[in-house]
Amino acid sequence: MAQIRKSTGIIDWLDQRMAVNKMMKVLVSEYWIPKNINFLWAMGVILTTLFVLLLITGFLLMMYYKPDINLAFDSVNYTIMKEVEYGWLWRHIHAVAASVIFLIIYIHTFTAIYYGSYKKGRELIWVSGMLLFILFSAEAFSGYMLPWGQMSYWAAMVITNLFGGIPVIGDAVVEWIRGDYAVSDSTLTRFFMLHVCLLPLVLIAVIALHFYTLRIPHVNNETGEEIDFDIEAEKYLKGDKANAKVIPFWPGFLAKDFMYIGFFMIFFFYLVCFHFNFAMDPINFEPGNPLKTPPHIYPEWYFLWQYEILRGFFFDIFGFSAYNIGLIAFAFAGIALFFMPIYDRSDVVAPAHERKGFFVWFWLLVIDMIILTIFGKLPADGVTMGISNSWIGFYSTITFFILLLVVLPIITTLEKKRGGK
Amino acid sequence: MSVKQERRNFIGLAFGAVAAVGGAFSLVAVKKTWDPLPSVKAAGFTTVDLSPMKDGEMRQIEWRKKPIFILKKDANMAPNDKRDVVVGDSRYIVAIALCTHLGCIPEWRASKQVFICACHAGEFNVDGINTFGPPPRPLDIPPFKIDGTKLVLGETGPEYEKLVAQA
Repeated sequence: MAQIRKSTGIIDWLDQRMAVNKMMKVLVSEYWIPKNINFLWAMGVILTTLFVLLLITGFLLMMYYKPDINLAFDSVNYTIMKEVEYGWLWRHIHAVAASVIFLIIYIHTFTAIYYGSYKKGRELIWVSGMLLFILFSAEAFSGYMLPWGQMSYWAAMVITNLFGGIPVIGDAVVEWIRGDYAVSDSTLTRFFMLHVCLLPLVLIAVIALHFYTLRIPHVNNETGEEIDFDIEAEKYLKGDKANAKVIPFWPGFLAKDFMYIGFFMIFFFYLVCFHFNFAMDPINFEPGNPLKTPPHIYPEWYFLWQYEILRGFFFDIFGFSAYNIGLIAFAFAGIALFFMPIYDRSDVVAPAHERKGFFVWFWLLVIDMIILTIFGKLPADGVTMGISNSWIGFYSTITFFILLLVVLPIITTLEKKRGGK
Repeated sequence: MSVKQERRNFIGLAFGAVAAVGGAFSLVAVKKTWDPLPSVKAAGFTTVDLSPMKDGEMRQIEWRKKPIFILKKDANMAPNDKRDVVVGDSRYIVAIALCTHLGCIPEWRASKQVFICACHAGEFNVDGINTFGPPPRPLDIPPFKIDGTKLVLGETGPEYEKLVAQA
């Protein structure tokens, strides 16, 4: 046992028993952050804030929500919205946060791509981040079906049916996931379990992992400069704070983060109070009806690009059915960005505007994903500017894959040959 | 020393074996927990009387929580021995009303004589055969038996066996 002496105070008492001072140094006060990072690096802490908001409002909603197909719709739309005091507030915070968290996740992800933060030594940050994206998608989808509205029901129908595409055992897997021949009560209760228990537990664990992957390689910075954190930290600790290229996470960096959280929360509660409807699909205010499909099914905005890729293929190619190609493309779109460190063959860690080819590629990818998102929302049988929506969907889907699988490896290989930028 | 090491290895191996067996059994149990319950599996049969249906009429009924299309063909619709359910002098199309792509319910457009699934623009003709879009196969035919003018869904009769054998 360690030598325990009479303590001088609460902190000292704790320090002798669990080394709190050392822990604070390792985690915050001597965890070094580069100085040259901009507001885009604050998205992580905003995501953490949103996740906490979702967790707390989720607990409050769970007290009145009933996971039963006969009660679920009314427990949300009547009990929580009309009877429970401030129930509407928790619901709208929960719904708006669930939607906005994806906006911030996309900004966070594209910041990492823009500045090359997935490369050389930071691969695990990227991989754990993409894992979080998949988990958040599953969490969002399982939560979306809980109010048992029309769109919830049919979203559950379509998504569970996707597993029917697995060779040989597909139909059995769909039945197994649903626990019934159709989406029904057993499906609702198990998705409830996933949404409120299993997935949040896994999410918290992976978020912790994501934070930890940052600890050793440290965060990237605006210029991609390779900073020797030991030397810079020493400067800082010796008092040469002006010349040190780093500041401690606390109090230096978090103070700035709190300012961004402040700005963000003003925007967030403006949405919650005045524009909460954008996160609410009107069709979902009609109870789920297994015998009637809404005229036009579409997912929430943040899944539209993947959804468009799913339906981008509507004709058979070389004997492969459109159905299978669509499913494979969709499944791949879900995990495509995982492999960024493999597609990018160059070692250059620099912002995109200092890597000409990559810069063009980056914005083409963003534009293509915005087009996919827009057309994911439009009816598949419509026509835009004289071109059928199906064909626009097809070409933007192909573009997505070519950009990732062909163009990126080529331009980064050329970049490597040129020996840099 | 070496003897002790061997003992440790053995204990490690033995523990691994016990854990693997236990893990495999619990996976089976977890899998079965998510399977449909017996009460769900025993979900009953649905009987429909076809005699009141008019020529060209489309009906949607429910069987095992799934919607079913029953369409009585009129004189304009070409007979198709591979898909038609013949009851007396009349021909019917009986199909599970779920698009074979991702399970939405297609809409019967009587004017164009097609089933259209709005979700991914899949199209099926009057016989329920996929003619456009991503659906990989014609609409599925539910197991049925013909009992006079009545159609019993959930049981397989000789007429069903015949249709499935041709498909």
